[in-house]
Amino acid sequence: MTALATPVRAPVSISRRYLAAGTFIALGLIDIFVFGLFAHHGDARFALSLSGASPRLPTIDVPGALMSYVLGAISIGLGIMRAVADVPRWGKRLSIAVVLLCFLLSLLAWADAGNSVGPLQVVDLLQGTLTASIPLVLGALAGLMGERSGVINIAIEGQLLTGAFTAAAVASVTGGVWLGLIGGSLAGGLVGAVLAIFAIMFLVDQIIVGVVLNVIALGLTNYLYDRVMIPYANTFNSGNTFGTLKIPVLGNIPIIGPVFFDANVFLYITYALILVIQIGLFRTRWGLRVRAVGEHPAAADTVGIRVLWTRYRNVILGGLIAGIGGAYLTVGSVGFFTSDISSGFGYIALAAMIFGRWTPLGSVAAALLFGFSYQLQTELSVLRVPVSSFILLMVPYVATIIAVAGLVGRVRPPAADGQPYVKA
Amino acid sequence: MSDQHEADPAAAPAATATATGAGDGTPAPERPHGRLPLTGSAIIQAVTEGHTAVITILAVFVALVIGAILIVASDPVVLRAWDSFGYAPGTALSATWNSVAAAYSALFEGSIFNPSTVAAAFHGGSIAAIFFPLSLTAFEATPLILTGLSVAVCFRAGMFNIGAAGQWIGGALVATWLGYAVNLPIVLHAVVCIIGAFIGGAAIGWIVGEVKARTGAHEVILTIMLNYIMYNLLSFLLSSQNLMQAPGQTNQVAPNIASSATLPHVGGPPPQVGVGFLIAIAAAAATAWLLSRSTLGFQFRTVGASPSAARSAGISVERVWVLAFLIAGGLAGLSATTIVQGQTAPLTFNSYGTYGFDGITVALLGRARPWGVVMAGLLFGALDAGGTVMEAATGVPADVTNVIEALIVLFVAAPPLIRLLFRLRASGGTGPQAVAPKGWSG
Repeated sequence: MTALATPVRAPVSISRRYLAAGTFIALGLIDIFVFGLFAHHGDARFALSLSGASPRLPTIDVPGALMSYVLGAISIGLGIMRAVADVPRWGKRLSIAVVLLCFLLSLLAWADAGNSVGPLQVVDLLQGTLTASIPLVLGALAGLMGERSGVINIAIEGQLLTGAFTAAAVASVTGGVWLGLIGGSLAGGLVGAVLAIFAIMFLVDQIIVGVVLNVIALGLTNYLYDRVMIPYANTFNSGNTFGTLKIPVLGNIPIIGPVFFDANVFLYITYALILVIQIGLFRTRWGLRVRAVGEHPAAADTVGIRVLWTRYRNVILGGLIAGIGGAYLTVGSVGFFTSDISSGFGYIALAAMIFGRWTPLGSVAAALLFGFSYQLQTELSVLRVPVSSFILLMVPYVATIIAVAGLVGRVRPPAADGQPYVKA
Repeated sequence: MSDQHEADPAAAPAATATATGAGDGTPAPERPHGRLPLTGSAIIQAVTEGHTAVITILAVFVALVIGAILIVASDPVVLRAWDSFGYAPGTALSATWNSVAAAYSALFEGSIFNPSTVAAAFHGGSIAAIFFPLSLTAFEATPLILTGLSVAVCFRAGMFNIGAAGQWIGGALVATWLGYAVNLPIVLHAVVCIIGAFIGGAAIGWIVGEVKARTGAHEVILTIMLNYIMYNLLSFLLSSQNLMQAPGQTNQVAPNIASSATLPHVGGPPPQVGVGFLIAIAAAAATAWLLSRSTLGFQFRTVGASPSAARSAGISVERVWVLAFLIAGGLAGLSATTIVQGQTAPLTFNSYGTYGFDGITVALLGRARPWGVVMAGLLFGALDAGGTVMEAATGVPADVTNVIEALIVLFVAAPPLIRLLFRLRASGGTGPQAVAPKGWSG
């Protein structure tokens, strides 16, 4: 954190160390005094296997209040550790993840304690979290591909939406889901190309192009949906989807198997892209060049890196990735395109990218948090919780604000982000 | 194309209007063609060199052409006519023309002027009906102008406000509650609700500014998160009988506000130009004054131009962040009053519509200048109002107007592209002005 001195650095009024520690402790106190004290008597029940899974794991019963107390104590302990000891950087990041996880778990324990409906399906929840995160992860990766090279990509939402629309249309017309996936990806890439042309060739303000592309994508898909997809639904919106693909050995491991290795091909594509981009950006010559272009294009140009070409390539690659994320929304899950199917995922992905400090792994972690909150919505409709589900649905977003404010603080984007490069 | 505009006398007044509107005394870079003298040769020069106003008109034209292609390409009648283009080219061309003409004349009649109302007025119809389309335009423009101003204030201070939707809800909740739960005399009640909405929106904006100033958290994350929090808060309040749900309702609907709290309509039953539109204009005037004439506005613009320079000059950057978001939130809250108090329908879980996000587009088209935002809001209002009429009259989905709106913003922001399309010479070094904050560094 302290190494990120920029000329504009704000003199943050409270020292980061105590702010972070205080936030940990505050979250711990909420675990104890809100979720712990107000939990119903009785156990929170967590089912670890889906019904009918072959090596059947037991259902764990924990007194809900006790669980919240323990989780709160862990958070407070980490907070005290943060305040008194010097923690290495990875330790700081890990502790943020642990404290947020404790917070969400105690929320679940509170929601599930003494519930008569049945145990909370942990596997279901995790599976849903992962699949709900796919478009967010891919969107965030698309965003950071562009931004690492210095082009702001607010058009993620538009790329998801055109990807979703095209994937559904292509898959319906040709009957091939793979063609749908490719078509969706290409459509996202096309939006990326338009963004690149306007931002790089015509030097239009990148935020304007991004916002405009989102509006155009929404208007165009709605228009074509009304004019073409609804009247000719059998031809253009017949709802083809990918089946699930279970990885042979890994898929049979309890808990881990069904969560990570028993989904459709989009999840595996997402794994691959996370890995490739994380390693690519930070361990290869290509990544070094991209980051150089995003930080100091003039210097990169001086040593012979083709700045504009790098930007074009990255923005279009980002579009192709977001297009896959969009394709997931139709051919990867429900099959049918509906109006505004991306419903703000692109903006959440944008937030995840910034929250994750423009790194692939950080963005993935943030995207998982949001994916969890979407899945929570589904789970909570099954459980009968004592508080309105709308209040609970606010919790992940409030937690994000707390985390961003108290734990992450000021983030530093790539230095040349958003600035067109004109050769002197 | 350019010949047509040379001959078009309407182009010149429009040009000066836009030029004065855009230059509200801000430290804009030196612009050789900032003002357009009304002499013949100057007009020709402006047209051939692509003056800002000419670019705007050409941008609207290109956007309408693309919109026309979209309308034609999805019209089954036209497509069938083109199938037989080989032996009946006339039919294909006339079908194309008819399709576009029907759609665009409905768009025009719905938003600006319907000739049939004049004929009706001569035969004893109402004269007010002539102005009905214009009042619809103003009505649609009102909330957009206010959210546009909200986004624009933040742009000028170097920040990106994606949270006008959440701030809108903050204002709407306060105005609605004051509207049905409090008993006050007629004018006072409406005023109290308007002030309450400003405060409600400002409170949500203040959270963003305060958290950003104290901890350095990024406003894009904060505003997006607050949007979702506010969507859920709205649903929560509107679905609890003992909170804000209308008695006996199972849907997420608030009670109707008292008639003493509604905004009066200037020219008759809604939708007419109401007090809401006057609020929007007054807010634009106040924002223009704030940004270009007040010390605080100077500080906003300095921070927007360069936070580090502002800090060196002794300006409290944090204070500017807080105040900019406070004011932006208040303006978004005012946008809510024009809907909550200006319409007969009560507040529902999706009343916020797309005002918040449309505000971003409006602010960008208006180049984050208050009067520019008013112009942009009116243009969008016209397209929205006309789009509804067009959909009803010709079956062309109104979504096409959203595409046209976005294309206008895009082309206005890309003068080099317009110059390329119309073979205009580049005017002396007036590059595109930065509207939005440069990057995320705020």
